[in-house]
Amino acid sequence: MDLDRAWAVHPQVSIRPEPFGALVYHFGTRKLSFLKDRALLDVVQRLDEAPTARVACADAGVGEADLPRFAAALGALERSSMLVERAA
Amino acid sequence: MSRLVDLFEYGLDAPICLTWELTYACNLSCVHCLSSSGRRDPRELTTEECKAVIDELERMQVFYVNIGGGEPTVRSDFWELVDYATSHHVGVKFSTNGVKITPEVAERLARNDYLDIQISLDGATPEVNDWVRGPGSYDTAIRAMENLQAAGMRNFKLSVVCTRQNIPQLDEFKAIADRYGAQLRLTRLRPSGRGADVWDELHPLPEQQRILYDWLVAHGDGVLTGDSFFHLSAFGQALPGLNLCGAGRVVCLIDPIGDVYACPFAIHEEFLAGNVRGEGGFQRVWQGSELFQRLRSPQSGGACSSCKFYDTCKGGCMAAKFFTGLPLDGPDPECVQGYGEELLAARDDDASHPRPGQDHSHRTIRYSKSGKVPVRLGTRPIDPAAALDIKPNLARISNGGMPVNDLQDDPLADFAPSRV
Repeated sequence: MDLDRAWAVHPQVSIRPEPFGALVYHFGTRKLSFLKDRALLDVVQRLDEAPTARVACADAGVGEADLPRFAAALGALERSSMLVERAA
Repeated sequence: MSRLVDLFEYGLDAPICLTWELTYACNLSCVHCLSSSGRRDPRELTTEECKAVIDELERMQVFYVNIGGGEPTVRSDFWELVDYATSHHVGVKFSTNGVKITPEVAERLARNDYLDIQISLDGATPEVNDWVRGPGSYDTAIRAMENLQAAGMRNFKLSVVCTRQNIPQLDEFKAIADRYGAQLRLTRLRPSGRGADVWDELHPLPEQQRILYDWLVAHGDGVLTGDSFFHLSAFGQALPGLNLCGAGRVVCLIDPIGDVYACPFAIHEEFLAGNVRGEGGFQRVWQGSELFQRLRSPQSGGACSSCKFYDTCKGGCMAAKFFTGLPLDGPDPECVQGYGEELLAARDDDASHPRPGQDHSHRTIRYSKSGKVPVRLGTRPIDPAAALDIKPNLARISNGGMPVNDLQDDPLADFAPSRV
């Protein structure tokens, strides 16, 4: 996952916040994923507007030390087609 | 941070997936029908009431519903309701015996991305299938799959309830699914509905459970189980999936008259949480029902808590225990450690078992003297012993790939950043 590119939630993906984080469902692949943290949900919800994923993380208050973990989680979402790259 | 499964035990704001049986009417009379279906209930939800439920599911962001019955496609408004749901962001997966899946219908279904279909087949040969599902039902299912394939519908599901008679046919089921470009889905026989009457004769034998488990492990992804076999995890290696009873926590059932039960296998007043026709609709039932609150509170392992496998099997299936007359806080009747069988053997008599709460069976069905095998289904009922004579042709692999469930856990499940 390239944090310096612009990303968006796939148009066929629906996100449902839950007390523990969120459920993420892809209507195309019919795969269900879980965001096990509210901070990660916050980042994902900011992706559509932010110029880069790095900015989305910063806006959500993710510190430098936590950045690699968030990048890994976003990468997992990308590999399962939950996130797609968009023009900046 | 706690495991995801622990968080789920306390319930969600809305179900992950919800089973909705649209009608008790059915053209078949399967001997093991979970919902004792056959005749339409005159109190069935109307088209408008169904649409109101769909509106509510959309608001609650229930991603998809599993529609069943009865045979849901015999409702005259079935396609209208499917279109309504999928155009309101509620995906639909429906189960059918295939009776209405003509080439024209298949064409239409293949065009809808938000739709998935499960064709039910409980034998890889007409002899084994029609014995439980009724004469002609094998041919009906095969024709439906031919039509779906010809229409370009991909990756629909071939759904099989595993029984003593069809466990030797697992490889053949896989071959049939592959032939039609379908995905095989195996689920557990429950002693629910009419299934209670035939469970003793149909449920897999202990050695077959091991064969099934090894087969699931060996086939890994590509075979779905709907998280149905978590009681088998006690063989050692835990099967992936949530491995918990989702009743009232992540799943529930809406029946044709709008009654909401904790799960599709528990149509009985003990597990009735409310009705969608009541004030506040489905949402109030899901979020406010006393029964569901109770199911979401920490459960005691009871007699199982000292078993070292309790963490993996969680005591198994609540409905299976209930309808076989076993205590809910003890072992599953099919406990692979054998504790369930001991209890079954010690039961007093059959008369004390809870009976299904609804019975919409066709009135023409009669059961054999033993009360188990239907005598009017099929012109030539097969001998279960003869069916069992088919030798298992299964590669036994003790430790291979892992089966994948259609509700699979995700890499992100273990994502746990430090608090920021």
